[in-house]
Amino acid sequence: MYSEKVMDHFTNPRNMGEIENASGVGTVGNAKCGDIMRIYLDIDENQVIRECKFKTFGCGAAVATSSMATELVKGKTINEALAVTNKAVMEALDGLPPVKVHCSLLAEEAIHAALWDYAQKNGIEIQGLEKPKADIHEDEEEEEY
Amino acid sequence: MDHLIYLDHAATTGCTAGVVEAMLPYFSEHYGNPSSIYRLGAESKKAITEARRTIAESLHADASEIYFTAGGSEADNWALIAAAEAYSDKGKHIITSKIEHHAVLHTCEYLQKKGFQITYIDVDEEGILKLDELEKAIRPDTILISVMFANNEIGTIQPIAEIGKLAKERGILFHTDAVQAYGHLPIDVEKLSIDMLSASGHKLHGPKGIGFLYIRKGVKIRSFLHGGAQERKRRAGTENVPGIVGFGAAVKEAFENLEQRSEKERQLRDYLIAQIESRIPHCRLNGDRQKRLPGNVNFSFRFIEGESLLIMLDMKKICASSGSACTSGSLDPSHVLLAIGLPHEIAHGSLRLTLSWENTMEEMDYVVDAIAEIVEKLRNMSPLYEDFVKKQHAEGKEQTNVQ
Ligand SMILES: Cc1ncc(COP(=O)(O)O)c(C=O)c1O
Repeated sequence: MYSEKVMDHFTNPRNMGEIENASGVGTVGNAKCGDIMRIYLDIDENQVIRECKFKTFGCGAAVATSSMATELVKGKTINEALAVTNKAVMEALDGLPPVKVHCSLLAEEAIHAALWDYAQKNGIEIQGLEKPKADIHEDEEEEEY
Repeated sequence: MDHLIYLDHAATTGCTAGVVEAMLPYFSEHYGNPSSIYRLGAESKKAITEARRTIAESLHADASEIYFTAGGSEADNWALIAAAEAYSDKGKHIITSKIEHHAVLHTCEYLQKKGFQITYIDVDEEGILKLDELEKAIRPDTILISVMFANNEIGTIQPIAEIGKLAKERGILFHTDAVQAYGHLPIDVEKLSIDMLSASGHKLHGPKGIGFLYIRKGVKIRSFLHGGAQERKRRAGTENVPGIVGFGAAVKEAFENLEQRSEKERQLRDYLIAQIESRIPHCRLNGDRQKRLPGNVNFSFRFIEGESLLIMLDMKKICASSGSACTSGSLDPSHVLLAIGLPHEIAHGSLRLTLSWENTMEEMDYVVDAIAEIVEKLRNMSPLYEDFVKKQHAEGKEQTNVQ
């Protein structure tokens, strides 16, 4: 069902983890649908992405697309990162099954959300970047087991 | 472990050596059409008769009440659609449960479009049908109650005797989808007042594509497939002779060893449940602990998603299944897990392990180690877990401040 690249990025995810005091953090998706992605960006004074990390709750494709997305934006300027589309993520993974295309969209959104957070924190405007959709809500009751 | 560990016996099972051996002659040696006059045909007919008798005896039914079908789905479709048609002059109301297999649920949706009214009865948190709601739902125009014997995902065994009694008292037909229960639990259609029962070969180490519908004598449902006069004119089509023979052999093996097999499965099951509960935090057993199929284990693990878990288990040569949306091909997780009240995100993190007497304790230990390792790995990747840990940390700090 998955390409070798997807399996590779799922089993050996690149850049998995957190960045403390990140320049920008974006979380998209919701637990109800079964996918949540969080992207951390560390951006230097020249607006270059020095470090990028992710955490993902979701299926194999969700993990692989997050991993690939971090690879694609690392070392890029914020404008270059903004231009990384879900198509680019999919192509870099040698494609996704049709039912998993939404995972690549989520990865694109997560990058955008992290860039938005960075822009907000620094009071700058990034051309072409729109406010991300509402952040996730844990609307279900917390339950303890 | 160097061999595959198959823990998905509710999805399907492999044929035993005895089943394969019984079937083999019916492919190219005794290939005659059972309807033919000559002896070659008669041999096939005899083999079918024998399998039918074995199956009838296993249910305390009469051989004339067993109708072979191409599997459990066909039996479910047939029971519901034909009964609805046959009894529609009496009424158009059908009662079923929220946790039925899609073979029943989607057939009910079809009947709804054809003008029937369907009531879906709730289950409790353990997945047991609410009998009082069932009783309240009965109307003068109720013609059929269809409730599964045991659930395929969470393994809960339903109060079939009580439902049968209720249906009988009210003069309503009672159908049960026993695909998961047949060959694993003793079933007596007389004692349980069952009017129709669906079963399938491949869930008890028989072949795929063969099943049967038990129809009690006197139930006036008509044929579903029209054509030849096979199966007492109620189900046309040249019989799947090797399939029927294999099914018969599987039933024979299953019932000869029913108690030993299920006792072994129960031991494996309870060990596996206890190990998972003691080793993995934030998990929840889905389904009733006691009223449960001998081989069924179903857990939800918080903060992780089922498909990733399955892929990683597969890499460790463990076959299992999940009720997550990603594995069902839709956006919603399993309707059964939602019906027992699990929030979506927890339903996404479910894992079903279904055992057979052929599994071993050694395999259970290996599987628990594998699950523990994978769950930890996935939790470390999960933003939900990160948030949970941070929140706990913050609360912990707050508490120390208070003290
Ligand atoms: C409860 C239940 N009903 C019906 C079916 C369908 O049986 P079959 O695959 O033989 O059509 C299954 C198996 O998937 C099942 O578990």
